[in-house]
Amino acid sequence: MSWRREAARAAAVAWKDLTAERRTRANFNAVAFLAILILLLFGFALGPDTEALRAAAAGILWLTILFSGILAFNRSYQLELEDGALETLLLYPGDRRALFLGKVAANLVFVLLMEALVLPLAAVLYDLPLLRPFPGLAGVLVLGTIGFVALGTFYAAMASRVRAREVLLPLLLFPMLVPVLIAAVEATGAMLSGDPLREGGSWLRLLAAFDLIFVPASWIAFEYIVEE
Amino acid sequence: MTPVSSSEFSGPTRFARAWTVLGWLAFAALIGAHIVGFAISRPDRDMGHLQKIMYLHFPVALTAFGSFAVVFVASGLYLLRRAEHYDLLAASAAEVGVVLTALTLSLGSIWARPTWGVWWTWDPRVTTTAIMLLVYVGYLALRAFTEDPEQRARWSAAVGMLGFLNVPVVYMSVRWWRSIHQVQSSPSTVAPAYALSLRLHFIAFLLIFVYFIGRRYHAARLERAATAAVEEAALTEGEVHV
Repeated sequence: MSWRREAARAAAVAWKDLTAERRTRANFNAVAFLAILILLLFGFALGPDTEALRAAAAGILWLTILFSGILAFNRSYQLELEDGALETLLLYPGDRRALFLGKVAANLVFVLLMEALVLPLAAVLYDLPLLRPFPGLAGVLVLGTIGFVALGTFYAAMASRVRAREVLLPLLLFPMLVPVLIAAVEATGAMLSGDPLREGGSWLRLLAAFDLIFVPASWIAFEYIVEE
Repeated sequence: MTPVSSSEFSGPTRFARAWTVLGWLAFAALIGAHIVGFAISRPDRDMGHLQKIMYLHFPVALTAFGSFAVVFVASGLYLLRRAEHYDLLAASAAEVGVVLTALTLSLGSIWARPTWGVWWTWDPRVTTTAIMLLVYVGYLALRAFTEDPEQRARWSAAVGMLGFLNVPVVYMSVRWWRSIHQVQSSPSTVAPAYALSLRLHFIAFLLIFVYFIGRRYHAARLERAATAAVEEAALTEGEVHV
């Protein structure tokens, strides 16, 4: 049962990354506070009109998630750059893509936890209903975050190893995420307004289709990135 | 220091002269297509002479897309065969594609201002073209920042293939999001007088497309040969004077 062994290897990588994060918390705290700051800054930029803020809330929420979540990915590999840790990980027997799946899983937990903090705060700041649309919203957040994290973890495997990593990662990642941003914002907007036109479902399907294309694609392509 | 012996440095070869001829041919074809376009096609009923922007806009857009298809195929061949020339071809096509895509967007913008009254519209094809431009600017930035040639080739091949895969997904999502564009123009949907001129422009841009990619590819081969020669000299002499 080799796939079971690969899953165990991926879980071990994820556990290692999450343990490192849990023991230091340096990155999560900084990213979470940056997300809160971005939510406030959008409010200041758009003015104190409650109606206008509520109308823009879905877009603000997703831009906040993208701008702060992207900081998790490079850091996920920078942990490995010291003392040749990445090379050592790659020397272990078995499929190297287990490393990718483990990193995706750890980053997924990281970004979802950040969203769990950002969402209620956005509801307070932008006067959004939260309890009634919550199941739909949770679906949008999970599906949108899977695509975001898979591609982010893939591009960071390259960006984290070159000189201009801070600017290269968003330059590579954000153009690829246009479908995620469009579908997630439209679905979130539909859920928040009670989905009167019943269009939330089709945007959710677009998010699911994006994940089904790009999670396997980045998983396959990762082999070529870490090959030495 | 050992003199560089590669035949690629000994003046313009027959190959290079053939490319120069192709370049002049492409230029002549473009001028010829322009003359025909202005001579035989009457001003359009609605758009007047503005319609003539289509002769450039449509072929440039198609060749831009064609360049990225070349990137996709050459990247795939690189990952399968691991021959450096596929990587150089992909890089050359990406550079040409970025220039042609930027030209497509500029021409479209100049056309949109008098006909639609705006410089920019959030239409699926326009938006997808802009995103495609940014994807391949990212591709070129990744190449510029990666130093090891073998690693650069692998990384950019993966990025080039994933980026091309994204184009239809972006297009579909923006199309669902909003659509106000007219039906795509092609020789079958435009009047015969316009079709001839459009075809001639298409041939001219196909020649320009082949010429640009070929020239850039040739230059990339020379760059690689020069780097290899310098490295070889350093190995034999123990020091380099560049």
